[in-house]
Amino acid sequence: MADKVKLYDIPEEEFLLPGNRMCSGCGLSLIYRTALKALGPNTIITVPASCLTVLHGMQGFTSVDKISVLNTPFATVAASASGIEAALEAMGKDDKVTCVAFAGDGGTTDIGIQGLSGAAERKTNFIYACYDNEAYMNTGVQRSGSTPYGSITTTTPIYGKTEHKKNMPKILEAHDIPYVATSCAAYPLDIYAKFKRAKEIKGTKYIHILSPCPPGWGFSTKDTIKIGKLAVETGFWPLYEIENGKFLLSNPSKRLLDPAKRKPIELYLSVQKRFKRLSNEQIEEYKRYINQSWEYIKSKNITTQFL
Amino acid sequence: MVEKKDYEIILASVQKPVVGEAGKTGSWSRFKPKIDLEKCLVVKMNKDVCHFCWLYCPEPIISRTIPPKINYEYCKGCGICAEVCPPKAIKMVEESEL
Repeated sequence: MADKVKLYDIPEEEFLLPGNRMCSGCGLSLIYRTALKALGPNTIITVPASCLTVLHGMQGFTSVDKISVLNTPFATVAASASGIEAALEAMGKDDKVTCVAFAGDGGTTDIGIQGLSGAAERKTNFIYACYDNEAYMNTGVQRSGSTPYGSITTTTPIYGKTEHKKNMPKILEAHDIPYVATSCAAYPLDIYAKFKRAKEIKGTKYIHILSPCPPGWGFSTKDTIKIGKLAVETGFWPLYEIENGKFLLSNPSKRLLDPAKRKPIELYLSVQKRFKRLSNEQIEEYKRYINQSWEYIKSKNITTQFL
Repeated sequence: MVEKKDYEIILASVQKPVVGEAGKTGSWSRFKPKIDLEKCLVVKMNKDVCHFCWLYCPEPIISRTIPPKINYEYCKGCGICAEVCPPKAIKMVEESEL
């Protein structure tokens, strides 16, 4: 399980350079900056078409320092990671170099799922990190499998998406991989701890990180952290990790097992423009969905750090 | 002409890391964060106790020093630091008031 991390445990060394192409207030930018600090310089990252490709710059120049990055086509991120890992193993360097696939929610839940499922089945030794901004943000907010219920995108009906979000961590859990974790951009210490832990484990590791997106979700750039925290505190996005089948809720989500401790979901929905057309019935549906997902968490064998 | 390494010939699209790949991103916003050094916790206690601005900044532009320094040339002006600052020492002000 991930160790507790304090702010001053995070190294000062930066791998992301200032003056990159990410939007102001981007959750992904914060996730990537923190994750790279946990992974360190001996890392090869493979990136499909996504917002992250935008960060890596136009031809000739990039904003990522000291780390090797490979840009791959959309569906092949896990397959290319398998190839990199096979090459590292052949060269005897797989202990020293970490292979990471960093994809968006479209590249994970829709387009890349066959590659990811195959790599997980082959027990490829790599970390798959999915930053989830809940739509295809790079191409202009199109609906993805990860878009939540009632959210308006450019390709949903005018009253919002009619289906719930695909539960990707649960799908990966069913692959019996050694490490599955969820995190959120508003908790950089949590992200750092989980990447650090994933780096130590051998086998396929999956980390799913919710990444608030100011232009796509429709909120002010200064509220990225506030919205990310609300997603967790309302119970919409539970933070947990599953290591070798052992389930553990992370600290920000631990007390939310009691429904009375959860903040009302309206707080999270009302501050985002993508939910502006939600009806009362849809909000009731949200409450039912959150209760149901927490019933599932309760039904898992919950072990806390105090036991 | 600059000699090219072997891998650079094979991979014609090798990219070089540069600061300011997208230009001077400091020009993206009219508002910039200003730290009130009288309120800032790390300055007040003169030791590493807070640095939330450094932790939560999506860009690597705030330094973990006493006092924290902001690189205004590349600050995109999102205002996250002003929101997360525990003693509310950071205010977003017009560029002319810096």
